[in-house]
Amino acid sequence: MSDVLYQSVVLERSRNPRHAGRPVVFMAEGQSENRMCGDKVSVFLDGALLRHEALGCTILAASAELMCEAATGKTVDEIATLSDKFEHLLKTGQEIPELGELNALASIAQYPSRLRCATLPWSALRDALARAGSAGDSASG
Amino acid sequence: MSITTLPLDVHAIRQDFPILSQKVHGKPFVFLDSGASAQKPKQVIEAMRFVMEEQYANVHRGLHYMSEKASDAYENVRDKVAELLNAGSREEIVFTRNATESINLVAYTWGRSTLKPGDAVAVSEMEHHANLVPWQMLRDAHGTELRIIKITDSGELDWNSLEEVFADGKVKLLALTHMSNVLGTYTPVERLAKFAHAHGARILLDGSQAIVHRAVDVRAIDADFYVFSGHKLYGPTGIGVLYAKADILEAMPPFMGGGDMIVSVSYQKSTWARPPHRFEAGTPAIIETIGLGAAIDYVRAIGFDAIAAHEQHLTEHALATLNQVEGLRILGSAQDRGGVFSFVMKDAHAHDIATLLDRQGIAVRAGHHCAEPLMGRLGVSSTARASLGLYTLPEEIDALATGLERVRKIFA
Repeated sequence: MSDVLYQSVVLERSRNPRHAGRPVVFMAEGQSENRMCGDKVSVFLDGALLRHEALGCTILAASAELMCEAATGKTVDEIATLSDKFEHLLKTGQEIPELGELNALASIAQYPSRLRCATLPWSALRDALARAGSAGDSASG
Repeated sequence: MSITTLPLDVHAIRQDFPILSQKVHGKPFVFLDSGASAQKPKQVIEAMRFVMEEQYANVHRGLHYMSEKASDAYENVRDKVAELLNAGSREEIVFTRNATESINLVAYTWGRSTLKPGDAVAVSEMEHHANLVPWQMLRDAHGTELRIIKITDSGELDWNSLEEVFADGKVKLLALTHMSNVLGTYTPVERLAKFAHAHGARILLDGSQAIVHRAVDVRAIDADFYVFSGHKLYGPTGIGVLYAKADILEAMPPFMGGGDMIVSVSYQKSTWARPPHRFEAGTPAIIETIGLGAAIDYVRAIGFDAIAAHEQHLTEHALATLNQVEGLRILGSAQDRGGVFSFVMKDAHAHDIATLLDRQGIAVRAGHHCAEPLMGRLGVSSTARASLGLYTLPEEIDALATGLERVRKIFA
């Protein structure tokens, strides 16, 4: 069937998350919610740790997973660049080599009503970074 | 389930709905989202085109031919609505923008003028936000109380909770859905009206879903207020109805001020027109109202007996078919229910279900259905919802079940 959005990477990542769960201690928490559907996601920063708690659809969960993987160890500036490129990917569907596995979500471009599902974790990450403190801090500490 | 046993000639009816012959993502369009807004028959489209091309001018104003024609056509719809609801008189029919505006009108005018701080308004756990938020706003602005009547796990009104809510005699309005937009439950409106009246309260019914599927008789129900939207009844958007008993309307102050709702205006003082015009300030939705009139003609020509029989048949078919999809759970199992089915699936989120079905040409709604507190009560964050119309075919339910099987396999 032509359900290109639900390819194996997306399904696998949402089913078997490696970065999910609320840490016992963390430095900052960022949140984002889609009021239209009730989906919400929290992102937790603590030193080198980047984790998420995604309550919602497959796309949200997979995007949160892929984001945590891609953003771990990056500086705030690097994350901003990554986020811009990711949004470009979602809007155009054109894969960008340096986005790596995030390219699995390229077909969102064909599903405009689902765009917000993929960008929600990134909003939460921006929120977490803003709460974590001054610009220039590394997300990974 | 063969087509020949259908109480309606659905294939002929479908010819009246131009949009249904479209393809979506290369597949036949299976529209199972009529509960959100129904598709329009060409009779409605034609009536609206006709008024714009041949009969259009402002209403209630011009002493000229076109204005008289338009005014007659517009006011004629008030008679049609009065007949549809079996109202006592045409003056009991107020045109609004939609059911939401109708409820806000009641909350704002009747609520503020009749209810006193400390009086309570009771709603149920299965209300659309449209029948919840206006009462919260009234509570915050006017000091009334808002009470919530519980529902049972089967999705029916909990009568014990109803009695508890009314026990201290403070409830002066029972505001309830006639049919839940999430669970498909019909509420026992005659019994509820008797109950409310016996306790010294008025009853308002949100008929947005029910009006589409059943003959509604506001006098048999003894409803004090009844509201619905035109666009779910195969009519256009932008036109809704508030029915209220004549004596109640007569005592209500205006909602909005402006043209058409006055008798006289001076800088010192204005006097209000009698109902229904008192509540219809400004140029109304003339074209849409005439469209609603055509929609009412359309459904009445088919007949609510035939519509209800057809939908009953479809509902039984849908329940039997959907319950066979492994891992699927339909929310609510009321005895008296109609063709609205909210469901969740193991491992598949409602939005993923909706997206995957959409790619197969099947339109369902996913989300909280403007009933967030109900989602909390049901212990889910969102559901997928299929809702039927008079044009729905059993084969479309089968297509939904097949589509859901494919969803299940993807997430298995």
